[in-house]
Amino acid sequence: MNELEVDQLEVDLGGRPVLRDINLRLDRGELVGLLGPNGAGKTTLLRAILALTSIRSGRVLVGGKPSRPGRCEIGYVPQRHEFTWDFPISVEQAVLSGRTGRMGLFRRPGVADWRAVGAALDRVQLTELRRRPVGELSGGQRQRVLVARALALAPRILLLDEPFTGLDMPTQELLGDLFMSLAGAEHAVLMTTHDLVAAVDTCSRLVLLNGRIIADGHPADLQDAALWTTTFGVSDNSPLLKLVKAI
Amino acid sequence: MSITDFLTDLFNPNLAFLPKALAIAVMSSIVCGVVGCYVVLRGMAFIGDAVAHAVFPGIAVAFVLQGSLVLGGAVAGVATALLIAIFSQNRRVKEDSIIGVFLVGAFALGIVIISQAPGYAGSLQQFLFGSITGIPDRDVYVVGGAGLVILGLVLALHKEFVAVCLDREMSRSMGLPVFWLDIVLYVLVTLAVVISLQTIGNILVLALLITPAAAARLLTDRLGVMMLLAPVIGGSAAVIGLYLSWSYDTPVGGTIVLIATAVFLAAWLLAPRHGLLAKRWRRVGAARPPRRHRQRLPGRSP
Ligand SMILES: Nc1ncnc2c1ncn2[C@@H]1O[C@H](COP(=O)(O)OP(=O)(O)OP(=O)(O)O)[C@@H](O)[C@H]1O
Ligand SMILES: [Mg+2]
Repeated sequence: MNELEVDQLEVDLGGRPVLRDINLRLDRGELVGLLGPNGAGKTTLLRAILALTSIRSGRVLVGGKPSRPGRCEIGYVPQRHEFTWDFPISVEQAVLSGRTGRMGLFRRPGVADWRAVGAALDRVQLTELRRRPVGELSGGQRQRVLVARALALAPRILLLDEPFTGLDMPTQELLGDLFMSLAGAEHAVLMTTHDLVAAVDTCSRLVLLNGRIIADGHPADLQDAALWTTTFGVSDNSPLLKLVKAI
Repeated sequence: MSITDFLTDLFNPNLAFLPKALAIAVMSSIVCGVVGCYVVLRGMAFIGDAVAHAVFPGIAVAFVLQGSLVLGGAVAGVATALLIAIFSQNRRVKEDSIIGVFLVGAFALGIVIISQAPGYAGSLQQFLFGSITGIPDRDVYVVGGAGLVILGLVLALHKEFVAVCLDREMSRSMGLPVFWLDIVLYVLVTLAVVISLQTIGNILVLALLITPAAAARLLTDRLGVMMLLAPVIGGSAAVIGLYLSWSYDTPVGGTIVLIATAVFLAAWLLAPRHGLLAKRWRRVGAARPPRRHRQRLPGRSP
């Protein structure tokens, strides 16, 4: 059984078709990169997997059961701008907020919650900064806070939306290593990115998406230029293709 | 007037309205201070304003029918809060325009209704600018009870409110009832506004919600501290404001708000980490090398 299974998924937004004929499988130990141009439907696909958007047809199975909000199997790392960074809250409290749904209404955090927060902070190497206000972190540190917040639920699946955007190379590498080690530790990781280099370097599989899935395979098997020109709508002499050939 | 004179007046049976006004002003400032933290952190000031205005027709109806003003205001305010919550779920609708149209419309309705009551000019003044006289005994208990309910709900739902403030998308994915939490928060804001109307008045009540919380935000980077500081600032402003208003015969709502504003300005200047003076001071400190270092600069020794 696959950890995540997307069958014949179709999604409309504002009366327009956004995703069609999406079939995707994800297993533990995999780190899959989701590539596609702006507006391709990457974020929409993640939201559909989380059951945050209504789907027209098809189904999403998580651990064999239909996905619905509040299931702890999925850790979600939205884009950094979704988070209110000027909120007066420390790093560890921000990570703890990831467990709000699990704790249940009217409950206060207990020992298990703080343990999970500690483990998540360790995992992303933020333990030293745990008392720092979130507003005083760099972009890379912020991204790690969001990853830790998702990990605080001890999920089996991790969905990351553009974790590399706006980060410099050393930070990207650090995060890439983190995602690879999470995949190595039996997580199923799916991340969207616009960073081809980082994706090729870290991912075990790439999925090219533009409304539908155009290709799905190991980076080395995606050498065919036609796949990339179709996905991104670029011409035959685009720099993108030179980059692909260099893979 | 000295503090002792003020205390004497407070316990003077002929001035029984004074301790009542003080109790209501302090209780409502505390509640507004706490709830205001969410309003400030979520940037909901406009919604607070809308609710404050929308409360007016309810109060006018209650006035014409000789009912409880607090109750009338609460009904109208909660109705508005629900409408705003429903509208604002759909992010494609420009919610601020709807709120804008709605709050002025509600206020106009209130003015028309109250003009039907004989001798309305004086009451209108009272609604708009607050007053310390004419508060029925019952209202002290209503305000106290409502205040306790509001603070209890804040305590119970704090971590959910924080999660929704931090990240709506993530909160939805955690299965939190974001829509209902929004509604509860809006209703809490409404109730805080309604119980403050008596003393502060319709025009200035927004200040009680925003100013102490904003001042507290300047003074700390920790939410827990902020939510303690804001009611302390609000409550102190109420006590000092009422004292000054009683001594110098100034309008009570305006005086309380001016004190709170002064606290805000002081915080803006003097806050330990983010205040204007602290920043200026740090910059000066950074521009000038430490003394010992300066003495060792080459070519300077005689
Ligand atoms: N709320 C909405 N209502 C209607 N259409 C929407 C809505 N949100 C997104 N869309 C449309 O759906 C399509 C897919 O959007 P999506 O955000 O999933 O793209 P994306 O691949 O994540 O793009 P980006 O790389 O820019 O983040 C876009 O064409 C967008 O215009
Ligand atoms: Mg996107």
